[in-house]
Amino acid sequence: MKTLYDKIWDSHIVVPETDAPAILYIDLHLIHEVTTPQAFTGLRRRGLKVRRPDKTVATMDHSIPTTSRSLIGFDEIAANQVRTLAQNCKDFGIALYDLESPKQGIVHVIGPELGVTQPGKTIVCGDSHTSTHGAFGALAHGIGTSEVEMVLATQCLLQRKSKNSRVDFDGRLQPGVTAKDMILALIGKIGTGGGTGSVFEFMGSAVRGLDMEARMTICNMSIEGGARAGLVAPDDTTFQYLSGREFSPKAKSWDEAVARWKKLPSDDGAHYDHSITIDVNALEPMITYGTNPGMAIPLTGRVPQPQNDADAAALKYMALEPGQALLGHPVDVVFIGSCTNSRLSDLRNAAHLMKGRKVNSSVRMLVVPGSYEVKRQAEAEGLDKIFKEAGAEWREAGCSMCIAMNGDAVPAGKVAVSTSNRNFEGRQGRGARTLLASPLTAAASAVEGRVADPRRLGGLS
Amino acid sequence: MKFSSRVVVVPQENIDTDQIIPARFLKVTDKVGIGSHLFEDRPEFQVEKGSQVLVAGNNFACGSSREHAVWALADFGFKAVVSTSFADIFRQNALKNGFLPIVVDPKTHALLKPGTLVTVDLAAQTLSIEGGPTVTFPIDSFAKTCILENLDELGYVLKHEAVISAFEKSA
Repeated sequence: MKTLYDKIWDSHIVVPETDAPAILYIDLHLIHEVTTPQAFTGLRRRGLKVRRPDKTVATMDHSIPTTSRSLIGFDEIAANQVRTLAQNCKDFGIALYDLESPKQGIVHVIGPELGVTQPGKTIVCGDSHTSTHGAFGALAHGIGTSEVEMVLATQCLLQRKSKNSRVDFDGRLQPGVTAKDMILALIGKIGTGGGTGSVFEFMGSAVRGLDMEARMTICNMSIEGGARAGLVAPDDTTFQYLSGREFSPKAKSWDEAVARWKKLPSDDGAHYDHSITIDVNALEPMITYGTNPGMAIPLTGRVPQPQNDADAAALKYMALEPGQALLGHPVDVVFIGSCTNSRLSDLRNAAHLMKGRKVNSSVRMLVVPGSYEVKRQAEAEGLDKIFKEAGAEWREAGCSMCIAMNGDAVPAGKVAVSTSNRNFEGRQGRGARTLLASPLTAAASAVEGRVADPRRLGGLS
Repeated sequence: MKFSSRVVVVPQENIDTDQIIPARFLKVTDKVGIGSHLFEDRPEFQVEKGSQVLVAGNNFACGSSREHAVWALADFGFKAVVSTSFADIFRQNALKNGFLPIVVDPKTHALLKPGTLVTVDLAAQTLSIEGGPTVTFPIDSFAKTCILENLDELGYVLKHEAVISAFEKSA
């Protein structure tokens, strides 16, 4: 009896684990501009080629402007990194979705969109949020640049098997409560190191009821709980999402693929090393108050007493007091975007709350679609108009203010409600104070100019 | 690989990769001089040059997959970090650079004060504390061999070319 993780692991073993780690075959290698230049330098130094350019997909997302799709007048160091990726892709024959491509976007948004992310695959990328792709029942995790070089050269990775951890989300979500709140609740419970050494498998009735974009949000933040990968077993929701996408199997091979994918879910009675259950019936919207994603509380809660020096330092950095309510806390910036929450459903959720309302005059709001395709669809639905009429900035696709590498930054000392994944000190700009929350909570806070409960604005079902 | 050094201590838990090397320094295309930005936004850590062993709180280097975190520590002059646990991706990245993520129990960790002299012996997998105990630490056996014998992991996998090709044909 095997888990989903066991099955994918076993079917990708080129050389089994002995004293040396296993040699694991990689089906899809996603690359971007930040973590690859030194890997290509390594390949050139050794005189090696990219073994499977056909299994390698490149895009640019971190170091790019979101004010326009041109590098003219942009930060020269960042522009050089972007051009270096373009040159490397050209030299090594890798498909690149660059700034001129209508398929460009955040790497973890375009993989699923293109249909290259598929159940049962092994997927790696030099980016810790590669765990996102686990939503399709693919074994997907972040790797370092040395490993990027290894996968480029060999299409394999040296890897030891992780432990199986089972996370059950049971029950029914209340209106105004989303996948983002589910994953923040988990990390709040186990801490940022709680999943170290493990692969999470998310299951339970609440997970089954989520659409693919919501499942991606949950898997995306597996790494924030310390697990390199998070998985959801594929089901009809998965197959419907993938059907007809550019790189999804077609016709007879589609039927064969679905038959194969249906065998992936964990066997009844399969062994898990750890398990945790979270009842979502009583779950409230969640928000973080500190400087790591484990410092999360219900939106209506109060900042807890610090347990150690690090907690105290975090509160000092955030300029928050123990016992303080977060609801009503003044907000300067609202960011809707990132590989966690920049897909069409996220933008729809936020727009639904923003419609006919204005961004508070004290707030700067940025809405950054996860891909050019998300942007196109959002514009076709008129979501851009809702945001612009409310007074928000509507941007081009990219990582933007999640990592603040491109000039989109929260000023020092300012408070941001952000739909991204990390509230580390300085993550959104030096001295920036980040509160992580769902797109609904972020939109409500933009309107109120203070941390606000989306359930109180009305209109949620 | 055996070296002795006085330790530098940053006791805080959950020091993430953004603290080790902020994202604005990831726009480079090489590794040159990256150590000059180590802990750039955390001057209160008071990490100064001259030591080879950093001691840090639990769950060190959680967060991003950026290998720049290891490059920055190594370029600054460190050869090892001692903690009670490490994030998975950092541990992997560290070993691939011959940089040692040394896990000790909390009791041993508490003995390591700023300036404590330690000796790290990779072959014996020991950390000796001056005036204190010598403890063993776990390390991936394959990574240990690669570091001690200066073997190249990529070279190792490349030697399996025939098996990889056979796997691709059968898939």
